Amino acid sequence: MIARPVVDVPRRGAILLAALLAVLLTAPWIVNDYLITVLILILYFAYAGQAWNIMMGFAGQLSLGHAIYVGLGAYVAAALFTQFGVGPWLGLLAAIPVAAACGAIIGYLAFRFGVAGVYFAILTIAFAEFARIGFDHLSFVNASSGLFLPVTQHGHNDLWRLRGGPVMFYYVILAATVLAFALCRVLLRSRVGYFWLAIREDEQAARASGIDTFRYKMYAVMVSAAVTSFAGVFYAFFYNNLFPEQVFGISRSIEIILGPIIGGVGSLFGPIVGAFVLTGLAEMLNTVLMKFGVDLPGVKQVFYGICLLFVVVALPEGVWPAVARRLGVAGERR
Amino acid sequence: MSALLSVAAVSKRFRGLVAVDRVSFEVAEGAIFAVIGPNGAGKTTLFSMIAGAMAPTDGVIAFAGQPITGLPADAICRRGIARTFQIVRPFPALSVEDNVTIGALLHRHDVAAARRRAHELLARLDLFDKRHRLASTLTLPDRKRLEVARALATGPRLLLLDEVMAGLRPTETDRMVAILKAINRETGLTILLIEHVMRAVMALASRVLVLDHGTAIAEGAPESVVRDPAVVQSYLGADAV
Repeated sequence: MIARPVVDVPRRGAILLAALLAVLLTAPWIVNDYLITVLILILYFAYAGQAWNIMMGFAGQLSLGHAIYVGLGAYVAAALFTQFGVGPWLGLLAAIPVAAACGAIIGYLAFRFGVAGVYFAILTIAFAEFARIGFDHLSFVNASSGLFLPVTQHGHNDLWRLRGGPVMFYYVILAATVLAFALCRVLLRSRVGYFWLAIREDEQAARASGIDTFRYKMYAVMVSAAVTSFAGVFYAFFYNNLFPEQVFGISRSIEIILGPIIGGVGSLFGPIVGAFVLTGLAEMLNTVLMKFGVDLPGVKQVFYGICLLFVVVALPEGVWPAVARRLGVAGERR
Repeated sequence: MSALLSVAAVSKRFRGLVAVDRVSFEVAEGAIFAVIGPNGAGKTTLFSMIAGAMAPTDGVIAFAGQPITGLPADAICRRGIARTFQIVRPFPALSVEDNVTIGALLHRHDVAAARRRAHELLARLDLFDKRHRLASTLTLPDRKRLEVARALATGPRLLLLDEVMAGLRPTETDRMVAILKAINRETGLTILLIEHVMRAVMALASRVLVLDHGTAIAEGAPESVVRDPAVVQSYLGADAV
């Protein structure tokens, strides 16, 4: 008999997941500061990709302007911090409703007036561009000259105010990624999750099954936007500077979605695997090139393009479903 | 018996073309009612108006005494009218079980309870053994059965079946007829079907409405309707009468 008992599949998956988590938890003792920075970047993209995946992977609504929610989260928290001395966690409490409200506006306009598919994706780009140009002229947050957070000495980690060294930021983004994964798992197995999948698969059939598709698409956009906003808060406090050109730019939106597309849209591990593959390999490439003293601007973008091309042609479902089958953990639903 | 569904002088015009012209009929609670007619008679248009996929140009559709004319499809389903599609549209990348669970979640908030209900219905439709397969991998007869199971999972009082027998072999048709008859007998579910397969219509329906060029040309018991000269003419041409 080749077939394994069904119970083995989640068990194997759980063991692998625990092992991965253990490695990630102990990473700061194993690797140097540079690699921690790379891991922060990987987890950042895993987190943002997971948030984007709620909209696209679960509910089938393609957002190509997700940078808007990152940017809003970043600017709300950073402005509260620099102008009023409000800490990032309280700032997050403000950023979440702002991002969700923005998602609600975009969603309402699109879903009420039947803007779907490619046109919906274009609408999301348009809003991100509005935000970029708008913030470029918003003097309250220093417009195009950028918003800077005061940088303190690294020796002292202040978790409450998110001021400190890379290891602290590493654990913060690790915790966020784990939480986002858990949240998505719960959502996917809930009534809402089933309705999202129905809408993704066939919206007309979903309606014929009694699902109020407008309402559930609105939930998807708002939840996705709210979760994404934390990525922005993290970004602001990690990099300490914000420029509208950078945070709201279309290339930011594309970077967010590359991970889940390469890892596997709609699966829980896809965004994580995609972030590791893409950012991990890109940084390795960078290191190798630096060793040989080669400086090629744009090499990362070319590399992303090649990765994308490879996945689209060879693994249209993404890397994770293929890997999962190899590992014998393909039991992950959908 | 009171009418569960009442269609009163319903018309649908597409620019110049009158697809359905002042059609009226009533479906009694617990009945199995068939709408037949040649291709292009307006059956699917009529069906789409009842299911809320399109709004009538004129007329009133009432369900359980309440007007439902022009309500969206999801609102109509929540009121208790479930449908299948002529060209089947299961959720392709989901398992058979998940397809039916989604239907069962309409009036249930607990996923485990919905899954149990889905299992009951899958057993009923002979799909239980295939419950872990992806819907896209099923054969056409199985996908038709899956659509019926998903529609039933929403807990309807009226089930609309759009050519659910088309493409089935005679033995499969007989099996589907037996299943639908048993559900109708045991639960009192009212069924409205559009059908080309006369074998199924004769075996299932207690009452038949015949449409031709958008108008109702006959209504009655299946045996008398098939002998009606107007019906024979519409199907076989004037020479056959």
